[in-house]
Amino acid sequence: MKLGLVVDLDTCVGCHACATACKQWNTSGTIGPLSDERPHGKDPSGSWLNRIHSYEVGDSPHSKTVNIPMSCMHCETADCVTVCPTGASYKREEDGIVLIDQDKCMGCNLCSWACPYGARELDPNSGTMKKCTLCVDRIYDEQLPEAERQPACVLTCPTSSRVFGDFDDPDSEVSRLTRERAGQQLMPELGYNPVNTYLPPRIPKQQDSMSVSPMQGVRQLVNRIINR
Amino acid sequence: MHPAFSVLIFTVTSGAGYGLLAWLGAGQLLGFTQTLTVNQQIVIGLMAMVLVSIGLASSTMHLANPKNAWRSFSRFRTSWLSREAVFAILLYPVAGLYAAAIFWQWSGINILAGLSMILALVTLFTTSMIYASLKTIRQWNTPMVPALFMAYALISGGVLFLAVDAFFGTLKPQLQAVVMGLVVITLALKLVYFFWQGKPQGATIQTATGFSQASVRLLDAGHSAPTFLNREFGYQVAADQLLRLRVIMTLVTFIVPLALVYCVFGGLVGAELLGLAWLIMMAGLLLERWLFFAEARHVVRLYQGEQRT
Ligand code: SF4
Ligand code: SF4
Ligand code: SF4
Repeated sequence: MKLGLVVDLDTCVGCHACATACKQWNTSGTIGPLSDERPHGKDPSGSWLNRIHSYEVGDSPHSKTVNIPMSCMHCETADCVTVCPTGASYKREEDGIVLIDQDKCMGCNLCSWACPYGARELDPNSGTMKKCTLCVDRIYDEQLPEAERQPACVLTCPTSSRVFGDFDDPDSEVSRLTRERAGQQLMPELGYNPVNTYLPPRIPKQQDSMSVSPMQGVRQLVNRIINR
Repeated sequence: MHPAFSVLIFTVTSGAGYGLLAWLGAGQLLGFTQTLTVNQQIVIGLMAMVLVSIGLASSTMHLANPKNAWRSFSRFRTSWLSREAVFAILLYPVAGLYAAAIFWQWSGINILAGLSMILALVTLFTTSMIYASLKTIRQWNTPMVPALFMAYALISGGVLFLAVDAFFGTLKPQLQAVVMGLVVITLALKLVYFFWQGKPQGATIQTATGFSQASVRLLDAGHSAPTFLNREFGYQVAADQLLRLRVIMTLVTFIVPLALVYCVFGGLVGAELLGLAWLIMMAGLLLERWLFFAEARHVVRLYQGEQRT
């Protein structure tokens, strides 16, 4: 198995619900509390396993806002694991999930240096590294109803922009989406082979390039008269 | 990259220590320590190990959870940091045996001298590979980094060896010439490194976000105050400031010590100035290491809005 996420950049509205749900679930999960510094102060800080950045792509007026949520990509060539001297970081054979054993980590930060995607953050309180667990404590939990054996971020996303599944199975939804919507890896040239893929925004229906709206026609006419 | 002071101290001091030990071992093999008494040789070895130990102690200070530091020996097969830890510890008994061999004039002394020298160099190499193996930082991901780290250790250890040699009254002009030559080679390599580093290359905000055909600008980083990632990777220094520091670093690390050693070599000034030359070089190397971090631009910065690394 090769478990991971597909994120739809066409529909993601950048609401941060996934990041919040992730923090809420994992702070009482397998890797211990995700601690915060000065949570009610002027400059609150703390460890998060998922963050959302918003970008303007293209040039105005033809630009588009794109929100890119970033959590661990559970890379196939995970250098974060290779560099770890203590063996705290590991990648599971059976499903490819990259995890950190909190009891072994010495907080040297090296794995966060080796990660290109900013997926690893040092917990200021425990002094150990924290990262996305792919909600390993949900997806296999047989106590949960089957429909809820999904990562917290996936369940909570109001626009269903996050999909969880097995990339090794060609018929899974993640494989299908990646295939049909040309899902792509971020920064593939670094060679980490990230498992998570991102679906690019759909291209809006092409407008007839010759048609000019009435207002624009008037503006052009005025401009031409003024310039004369 | 954020220049953590403990890491600067660690790499510079232990580098000089390993360099000094390498020179002592080389002296045994090539015969230029024959002018030194047994006690003098042991003093040099001790100085080397004290420098190394100060560095290693400092390196543990940047661990956020040092109680697990002993586990760092466990991934020798994959992790350069683990290899460094193993070789650094292995050097102690070997250097101890070398000291014993000097003291009692064992017949196997050459083997132990050679072994100490090789272990010192291998440890240096493993340290530098921690940085050079990171694909995420193009300024570090080059064979020039291990070459430079070894060269810095050899010149700082070399000038210290000269200073101590002079203190014992056995200064050798040939050795001075060799060290001066090494300083010049190191300087040349550093200049090549600076030139290479300035060339635009590597990942961009386009490849980071996947929008390879369009301009991409950060609108909102998603957090109101700096995060761990900003603090660790977002270190910013103004370009003109960096340029000024590069010039100062080049003068203090290479030019001034080189001039001092040369003046001693030519008999213009007293040999006690070699100690001063070493101190100046060490200050320059601290600045060099600071720059090594401050100028390293991790690809995570692309997600934080930078256009290229
Ligand atoms: S995204 Fe980063 S932390 Fe996750 S597997 Fe890849 S390199 Fe490791
Ligand atoms: S911070 Fe922890 S998990 Fe990361 S490399 Fe160091 S010991 Fe391994
Ligand atoms: S899979 Fe779980 S741990 Fe990973 S980002 Fe989603 S909620 Fe967070």
